[in-house]
Amino acid sequence: MITELDRRQFLSRGLAAVGATWTAAHWPAVLSAAEHAHKAAASPETQKFEFFTPAEAREIEALSSCIIPSDGTPGAREAGVVYFIDRALVTFSVDDQKTYREGLPELQKRVTELFPGASLFSAATPDQQEAVLESLDEAGAKASPQRPQRLRYRRSAAAQPLFEVLRVHTIAGFLIDPEVGRKGNRDGLGWAVIGREPGHGFQPPFGFYDKNYPGWQAAPAALSVKKDADKQ
Amino acid sequence: MKIDQPKYKTSDAVDFVIVGSGAAGGVLAKELSTNGFSVVVLEQGPYLTEADFSHDEIKVLQEDLLTNHPKLQPNTFRKTAQDKAKPQRALVYGRAVGGTSNHFTANFWRFHEIDFKERSKVGPIAGSTFSDWPITYADLEPYYTKVEWEVGVSGLAGASPFDPPRSKPYPMPPLPVKGSGVIFERAARKLGWNPFPAPMAILSQPRPGRSACVNCGFCLAFGCEVKAKSSSLASMIPLAERSGKCEIRPNSYVHKIEVDERGRATGAVYFDEKKNVHLQKAKAVILSANGAETPRLLLLSASNKFPDGLANSSGYVGKNLMFNTGAVSVGVFDEQLNDYKGFAVSRILHDFYELDANKVGFHGGGGLDARFDMTPIGFALGALPAGTPRWGKQFKAALANNFTRTFEVFGHGTSLPVENNSFSVDSDVKDAWGLPALRLTYKDHPDDLKLAHWLADRSTELLDAAGAKQKWTFPIDEQQFGVHLLGTCRMGNDPKASVINADHQTHDVKNLFLCDGSSLVTSGRGQPTMTIMALAFRAADRIMGLVKRGDLSA
Repeated sequence: MITELDRRQFLSRGLAAVGATWTAAHWPAVLSAAEHAHKAAASPETQKFEFFTPAEAREIEALSSCIIPSDGTPGAREAGVVYFIDRALVTFSVDDQKTYREGLPELQKRVTELFPGASLFSAATPDQQEAVLESLDEAGAKASPQRPQRLRYRRSAAAQPLFEVLRVHTIAGFLIDPEVGRKGNRDGLGWAVIGREPGHGFQPPFGFYDKNYPGWQAAPAALSVKKDADKQ
Repeated sequence: MKIDQPKYKTSDAVDFVIVGSGAAGGVLAKELSTNGFSVVVLEQGPYLTEADFSHDEIKVLQEDLLTNHPKLQPNTFRKTAQDKAKPQRALVYGRAVGGTSNHFTANFWRFHEIDFKERSKVGPIAGSTFSDWPITYADLEPYYTKVEWEVGVSGLAGASPFDPPRSKPYPMPPLPVKGSGVIFERAARKLGWNPFPAPMAILSQPRPGRSACVNCGFCLAFGCEVKAKSSSLASMIPLAERSGKCEIRPNSYVHKIEVDERGRATGAVYFDEKKNVHLQKAKAVILSANGAETPRLLLLSASNKFPDGLANSSGYVGKNLMFNTGAVSVGVFDEQLNDYKGFAVSRILHDFYELDANKVGFHGGGGLDARFDMTPIGFALGALPAGTPRWGKQFKAALANNFTRTFEVFGHGTSLPVENNSFSVDSDVKDAWGLPALRLTYKDHPDDLKLAHWLADRSTELLDAAGAKQKWTFPIDEQQFGVHLLGTCRMGNDPKASVINADHQTHDVKNLFLCDGSSLVTSGRGQPTMTIMALAFRAADRIMGLVKRGDLSA
């Protein structure tokens, strides 16, 4: 982690453009970094949790991985989102500790309810996991009425709020500036997925549309005159 | 870097105590101190510097690093005075040295001539206290120029056929165009409109001690680490400090203006960081605490002599609040814009600045800008098209595609002043210092909502002409929340219908001045900070004129 001062010096310099094709060109490197990160994350010696038990962490990681899946590009798992959430719950989101502690057992009950015999979210099949989340996502079901209704289960006072908080935490953990020390967006993988180049200084042209911009020119006189006439 | 400042004793009356260090307070502090007056600036927030700023969306947006904190200072909201107000966050303002100018978008449009005299032109409007200003554009023009040159504004003079006259060009060229700007410009020209490079209070060229913009992309809502954004903190405060006459006193939360038996202000009472109470004595007091906190402070300063609040014989303190109306339309395009790079806005247009009410059926006017002002988490949580799944593969795919291919067309417009729209104090809810909370009462004038829809229609037209692959407009609802806090202690010649005169002097208390968003009589077309700074430069001149003539002496 570079220090705040380093980062500011870095900013002040301004940077040469890395180019809009950065993401595509660097995918192989990004993916191998992801793999490495995943291995590191999987090893309990390298990182300790501050809030979750290892068993809870496995469940949370599986849940966040459903929200932002690993599907050819890195997802929440590779970006280390579970570590971000763990940190969040002892820092800026202390108020959400209860939501997690009470929500997780409820959510696990939902797994059993839907799929008798199963009890761990992380041990369920991908289809089963998706079904569990869909049963909790009331807002999503409302927002897209064309989606098949699967809300035939009782509303859970603890699991639904967990789903909502976890969704926000997962997104934040995937896309937070990787340099700010919150353990999220590991190796900038989340930003790479959405096409945000790393760094904090860029030079134009920024993208496709401004690449061949000829420079600002006043509108043809006819236009201005026309508008003046309209103004009466 | 903080510069050594004088330390004034609270018991020694300084020439001026200024409450607030934002767009207006910073300018006033600089002008008065560099002209030899002793000044104490009381800022309720901390003194942060560029080293404290951060691109951490959690710290800045969720934990309110730079802004008022809803837990420490709760608000309440109601639509009309008949309703019971409910706890709800009602406003965001900068709460640090530099105020809201630390985190603003930096759109720096001058008001046009019409903004100062529109009431005379169009006549009365039902349900509105619409009035002319006691000053004209010509009165303010030299000060707009001063803002552009002293604070630092980039732009291109003469680029808009609708621009009001100006005495000088901009001190530096416009910022580079963004993809959003190019698309916007081409589509607008297709429609026969007149797009032009946005005037922005962001440096396109370096100035001593300040870098030109490095296009980091964390602009709106964030503080600028390289001092390219022309906040009071980057531009004015250092000059005030260097004068050797100005003390910036942060973490000083003013809650009362002290008045003697003759009805003259004698100083400001504030809590320091440890909640100890002090009175800073002063020969004159200037409130630049913003359009919510300035009226609140006057109302909190009620006394036997001023039972309805200080300087409130008109009953207008806190009233006639205007938020500016607005509508945001979003377009998604085939190729990557990468608009997350850079400042927010590079192209705007003013073709709709003055609409003909006989043609459109409502009063108002506005402008459009092309922008991308969202940082990654904010974008993922709030800027995907309705109906996009909220999680899973499709959610991720939409995010991966849209983040670099999206921009917004933001329609900014007038708000009509409505007497009942106000900030007042709510004794049922207390802040962390035990003071009554700010209560917002607001219901948009019907014309404002019609204007918002009308502007959204133009934005949609533009996105169509631009060939957007997807487009939508965020829902237009009655506003219950504001960031432009305007009109709440309006300027005017009639003491019965205004709080301050054209010199920013309160009609009721000779040595009490108000200068910030609260001074505005009309709302302009959605970009008030340029005008707030220009008013502050002018107010400094007027106040120093009064001092010279001996009009402020006891």
